[in-house]
Parts: sequence; C-alpha cells; structure tokens
Amino acid sequence: MEMFIQMLVAGILIGGIYALIGLGMTLIMGVMRIINLAHGQLMMVAMYITYVLYFYLGIDPYFALLVAMPALFLLGVAIQKYFLNPLLKIDSIIPQNQILMTVGVGIVLTETIRFIFRSDYKSVKTSYSSATFMIGNISWNVPMFVAFGLAVALTAGLFIFLLKTDAGKSVRATAQNKDAAMIMGINADWITQLTYGLGAAMAAAGGTLLLPIYYLFPDVGSQFTLKAFIITVLGGMGSTVGAIVGGIVLGIAETLGATYISMDLKDAFGMVIFVVVLVFMPGGLKELTKV
Amino acid sequence: MLRVENVNAGYGDVQVLWDVSFHVGLNEFVVLVGANGAGKSTIMRTISSMVPLSSGAIWFENQRLDQVTAHKIVEHGIAHVPEARQLFPEMTVVENLELGSLKGEAKKQRKQTIEWVFELFPRLKERKKQLAGTMSGGEQQMLAIARGLMSKPRLIMFDEPSLGLSPLLTQEIFRLATRIHSEGLTILMVEQNVKQTLAICDRAYVLENGRTVLEGKGKELLENEQVKKAFLGI
Repeated sequence: MEMFIQMLVAGILIGGIYALIGLGMTLIMGVMRIINLAHGQLMMVAMYITYVLYFYLGIDPYFALLVAMPALFLLGVAIQKYFLNPLLKIDSIIPQNQILMTVGVGIVLTETIRFIFRSDYKSVKTSYSSATFMIGNISWNVPMFVAFGLAVALTAGLFIFLLKTDAGKSVRATAQNKDAAMIMGINADWITQLTYGLGAAMAAAGGTLLLPIYYLFPDVGSQFTLKAFIITVLGGMGSTVGAIVGGIVLGIAETLGATYISMDLKDAFGMVIFVVVLVFMPGGLKELTKV
Repeated sequence: MLRVENVNAGYGDVQVLWDVSFHVGLNEFVVLVGANGAGKSTIMRTISSMVPLSSGAIWFENQRLDQVTAHKIVEHGIAHVPEARQLFPEMTVVENLELGSLKGEAKKQRKQTIEWVFELFPRLKERKKQLAGTMSGGEQQMLAIARGLMSKPRLIMFDEPSLGLSPLLTQEIFRLATRIHSEGLTILMVEQNVKQTLAICDRAYVLENGRTVLEGKGKELLENEQVKKAFLGI
C-alpha cells in the first residue's frame, strides 16, 4: 500500500508537468483547430536553451524559465505568423495543411538542434537533482516537487489570463466564434499568434522543469509531441480543465504501469489509455468535467 | 451617414450582389427587405468588411469603409448584430458584453454602458452569470443586440433579428429596436418580416436576387402593389 501511495505521488507530480505541456497544445487546438505536431520539438528547444544557460553560464534551470519561456513565446509567434497563417489564405485540397506544416517545423527544429549539439544524451545535474524529503513514509523528490509547484503556479496564471483579462477573453472568444470575434474588433490573426506563442511558452516551461529530472537529446521532442497529443485527446479536444486532468491521469498511468507491470512498457500505458478513452469516451474527459 | 455605391460582391466565383446602391441618413431607421437568398446578409457582411467587394465603394461619414479590415470596423462606430446571434456560447452574459467593448472610449465607459444595456434588457441583468449558449432564443437575441450596443456605436446593423423567434418575441425585439432608434442611434436592419418592419422603419429598400429593385418610405411600400404581391401575399 505504501508503495502504491508512493507511486501515486510520483505520478501526480510528473502529471503536473505533463499537464503544462498538454495545456499548451490544447490552447492551440482550441483556437486554431489544429494539432500542433511540433509541440514536443518546441519543448526540446526550450530544454536546450536551459541546458546552454546552465552549462555555460551556470544559471539554475528554474531561473532559466525566465529566458526559455519568453524565447519560445517569440519563436511561437514567429512560426504562427510566417509559417502557419499564410497557409490559411490558400484554398487547398487538404484543409488541414497547417498540421503538415507543424510536422515540417518540428523536423527542422530537431535537425537544427542535432546539427548544433550532436545527438549525444545530455543532462543537467544540479545539487538538488536527487534530493528528497520525507512526509510520513512517503519520500518526495525535491526537483519534482518544485517543478509541480511551479507548474501549478503557471497553470493558475494561464487561467487568470484566460478568465480575467480582455486579451484572454479575446482568445476564448476567437476559439468559440471567429467571425463574431472579428465583428467585436478582435484581430484574429494576432490572437492566433498570441495563442501559438503562449502554447509554445507553456511547452517551454514543461521542458525546463523536466530537465533536472530527465535527460536530453534532439529526438526527445517527438515522444513529448505524442504525450501532449494523448493528453489533448484524453482531456477532450480544446478543453483546458480536461488537459490538466488528462496530464495527471497520464502521469499516474505511466508510473503505476512502470512499477507494477513493466518498466519497458512505460510509454505503452499512455497509448493503452488513449485507445480505451477513444473507444469508450470519444469526447474525452470533457464528457465528465463539462468544461 | 452610410453610402453604399454600386457594390458588386460575392463568395469566390459566385457573385451575390449586383450593383447595389443605397444610403442611410443620420438618425434614420432603414430596412432592407427581401426573400431568402436575395443577398441581405451579404450586404451586411460587405459593410463589415468580411466579404470583399469586387467593385463599388462603401462610405461611412465620408470615409472609405471598404478598405478597412474587418476587425477595425467597430472602431469607426459601426456595430453589427449578426445573423443567428453568433454569441460566444461558453461565456457568461457579462463576458459577452465585455467583448462588445474592447476598444477605446467604449472600453473606458464599459461599466456605465453595461448599466445602460441592463436597463434596456432587464432580463439580461437577471441572467448575468449564465452561459450565453444555455439561454433561450429570445434572450440570446437580446444579448446579441446588447453586445452590439456595448461598442457605443453611431450606426447599428441588425441582421434578421427575428430569426427563429415566436411572433410575440419578434414584436418585442422590434419594439426594442424602435426604442434604441429613439435614443439617437441610426439603424440599418435586414429582415424577412416585411409587414412589421415596413411599419416601424423610416425608409426601406426591396432586394431581389442581389439587386435593389424598389425604394421608398416604409408606409408607402406597404401600399405598393409589387410589394403586396411578392411579400404580403395579398
């Protein structure tokens, strides 16, 4: 039982970071109606930024958030502005050619990073990377605990932005009815850029927070694109609350699966849940949470 | 105030408007009537810059409107209450209203304007926190109009406000339109409900197959043989 609770705690902590990554994708999904298949790759770029800051300048990964997030925000805005929005102006046979573009962007990012840093595995080992503390009989990994706390804070920040500010409300309005949003004076082009930028910044936060407990190589992005995709579907396309629940469910499933069934199959459990949800709850967890 | 001059427009290769011209004077209540597919909504959408013109011009207070991008139209003092309400269904009544006042002066006076529209539509005040998508058709139409008023427009355009409403609610909406008109706003309305709208408007245009075919005072048109035959079934 103790073991179970221990694993549950670990699952929830990692799930909080997954939720952050999933939220970014969900936001983009909600406004642009596209799956951002470059999501994990954006996260990977942020991880390399954090790595460089740590390795060459000695900046702590948590402070690197202040650089990685704005950097990825700008990169996201640029991708939306120069690569995705121009595609909207063309009538094509495949209406979803924006999705194909995100695949291309992802490949370019991965290969650019591979060109600069080579394919070796890298990691950021801080003094607290393996520090733990105990509450009762449960041990808490310090970097995971801090990462979870920051993830919760960033998520809360995103919700305040979306619910309380005019700009955030404009983002939601554009997601719900683009034509009406334009009539209200909302510049839909700019909102898509803002949204993609925010989504990229959220992915960046996830990557940076993950770095002290994870490892890094140029292809790390694709597995996180997949995870983000699973979370988005789990949560119900475009549902922000669903994405949080989806992220935590995925975190718990992976941890419990790895402990009780097989470590090698860790990544498979996410896919199993994915298939089960698609079969029994095609609308995702949104069917339960209603938001 | 608003002048539409020889406008040709459409969607892709399909031309919908053929050489349409009309004008709306300051403080006037003008109605465009016509059957389904006559191009009424397209006119509204061209004025709002959501459908591009292929030729012609639209002037508003001596400024060319057809070269302004869609999201800037509201800043010129024009509110568009679109067909089928087009609310933000998963947002509350108050949030919908706030989104009507995103720019400049309207944003500064948001609080007062909300009080004013709540006075006009007491029903909305009762439902402040309700999600727009869960309200009845009549309430949704009221919210759509209220949201339009939030931008403090000088000209407000109604696109088929009676769509999907009971005769009783339709009357209520038209009564509100008259009330808004009496508060000094200029109104351009598009309607299929010919008899009722001709009775309350100052002037009207009859649209057929994307062309303006008749123009006159509302009450004169009600007596017009052609109108009677085509719309009133007399």
